Amino acid sequence: MTQQNQQDEKKPFPWHLVIFLAPALLIYVTFSVYPLLDTLFLSLFNTQQGESTFVGLQNFITLVTDDNWSDAFWNALLNNFKFFAIHMLLQNPIGLLLAVLLSSPKLRLSGTYRTLIFMPTMLSVVIIGFVWQLLLSPIWGISENFLYSIGLGQYFDAWLGKEGSALITLSFISVWQFVGIPMMLIYATLLNIPDDIVDASVVDGANPLQTFWYIKLPLILPTIAMVSILTFVANFNAFELIYAVKGALAGPNFSTDLMGTFFYRTFFGFQLQQGSASMGAAVATLMFLIILVGVMLFLFFVQRRIQRFQF
Amino acid sequence: MKIFNDLLSSSSRNVSKSVTVHAILLAYTVIALFPIIVVIINAFKTRKAIFKDPLGLPDSSSFTLAGFEEVLLRSNFGLYSWNSLVVTLIAVSLVLLLGAMAAWALTEYKFRGNFIVTFLFAMGIMIPIRLGTVSILSLMVELNLANTLTALVLVYIAQGLPLAVYILSEFVRTIPKELTEAARCDAVSEYKIFFCIILPLLKPAMATVAVFTMIPIWNDLWFPLILAPGEETRTITLGVQQFVGQYVTNWNSVLSALTLAIVPVLILYTIFSRQLIRGLTSGAVK
Repeated sequence: MTQQNQQDEKKPFPWHLVIFLAPALLIYVTFSVYPLLDTLFLSLFNTQQGESTFVGLQNFITLVTDDNWSDAFWNALLNNFKFFAIHMLLQNPIGLLLAVLLSSPKLRLSGTYRTLIFMPTMLSVVIIGFVWQLLLSPIWGISENFLYSIGLGQYFDAWLGKEGSALITLSFISVWQFVGIPMMLIYATLLNIPDDIVDASVVDGANPLQTFWYIKLPLILPTIAMVSILTFVANFNAFELIYAVKGALAGPNFSTDLMGTFFYRTFFGFQLQQGSASMGAAVATLMFLIILVGVMLFLFFVQRRIQRFQF
Repeated sequence: MKIFNDLLSSSSRNVSKSVTVHAILLAYTVIALFPIIVVIINAFKTRKAIFKDPLGLPDSSSFTLAGFEEVLLRSNFGLYSWNSLVVTLIAVSLVLLLGAMAAWALTEYKFRGNFIVTFLFAMGIMIPIRLGTVSILSLMVELNLANTLTALVLVYIAQGLPLAVYILSEFVRTIPKELTEAARCDAVSEYKIFFCIILPLLKPAMATVAVFTMIPIWNDLWFPLILAPGEETRTITLGVQQFVGQYVTNWNSVLSALTLAIVPVLILYTIFSRQLIRGLTSGAVK
């Protein structure tokens, strides 16, 4: 018997492997990997006139420089960065604070608080958007009266209706809804810190603030970094909230336009503008690149530095 | 005496500290729940009471189900909920089954291309499937699946698989090798090993995956809006979105529609919250 035959006899074709792996791989590749790659490819064509012609990077140049496109594009991109910045400045610090409080030793009802605070995160963004739209509407006046009752009535305004405040208000709504995610993830990491490390610092005479700053914070930094990248991906992919509250036109006067709503309008068109698959693909490709760059930066710089810091 | 004093002051400091902690957490809990509660209580009130006393509970003079009647009788909410239920159940079951099979194959067997496939699935955790929408839509049109629930199910399986494969692979690694080796010595087939030994062991991890997969599917607006916007295939999220958009001025109906969309999720959440929190705190998603 030759070596080859022995090999063949030992390893018949692994049909079980194909049967275990193929269904998942087939669906995943057909409906996720292929469409993503095809979209990147499509962005190099022009399909406006029914036929598609290869135009190279022309769609991207149009998006960035053409008078009809560039204003909307840069506006959406800038708004998206503002949206993200507000989440980083509010959602993650508030989540951190809540997680620290929840993890204080011997806290009663911590499970109840955790469950209730996480509740809004479970609901559809569409529903949350409408709920806040009703609450903040000047017609109903529920928030106006509330502000008057605590003496701040003169500050009430139609926050969702004004160009200057609509995006910030929507960001606050989104922060309110998703604060549960950083809270839970950081809380889980805090629970996993061994007690003896904390006890040792207390024995050494550190006060609670010092213990947090020098012992706990360095240990939860990887989680905070991961929460940040999750926030980044979710924010640059956001669409539902704006669409539910403001519609595809992201009013007033596009002040709440994000990459997601811009993508939707470009692809499907709106009012007088015709939708374009190739321009939509170009916007999607740019969103893809932005997210990819964010994830890469995270993997190569943040995570590596944190690992070095840990050991 | 001094010791007693010290004890006293430190315990009173502890008490005031714990009061502060509770005050902050309670205040935030109220902020988190207040909007949801306001919507639900007002859905049961007459239009007049909604505007006159938005924060009051409904009483005998202000209680009404008019909004619910309007929503349930004059729109297709039953159909929408059914569509959501069908899509979510089928998609989640298939994500669990196919995800577990793939996770098992990728962790148990060494084969060429293992790394590439693992990497491909890992990418899907970070890159949103939504960015491929342009091609997904034309693919569905070519396959004659536009405006069907099948299109949604297929996309949601593709969307759910990466995280499922990742979490389940981590879990498969913790299963002792002796178990499968003993079975192989007894000449048990690979299929039987997976379906009779491994799959039952994966149950706790699968519950976690189920919760994490279910929520985004149930709540999604994007794909129903693009792939299945027809009246017959509308899901509950899309149905609420369009209903509320149309009846902006009919506050009773709007509040009832929102309540009808909120309550099932709240019920699901109370059933699964322990599983969800265990999944989050056991480090499965770290």
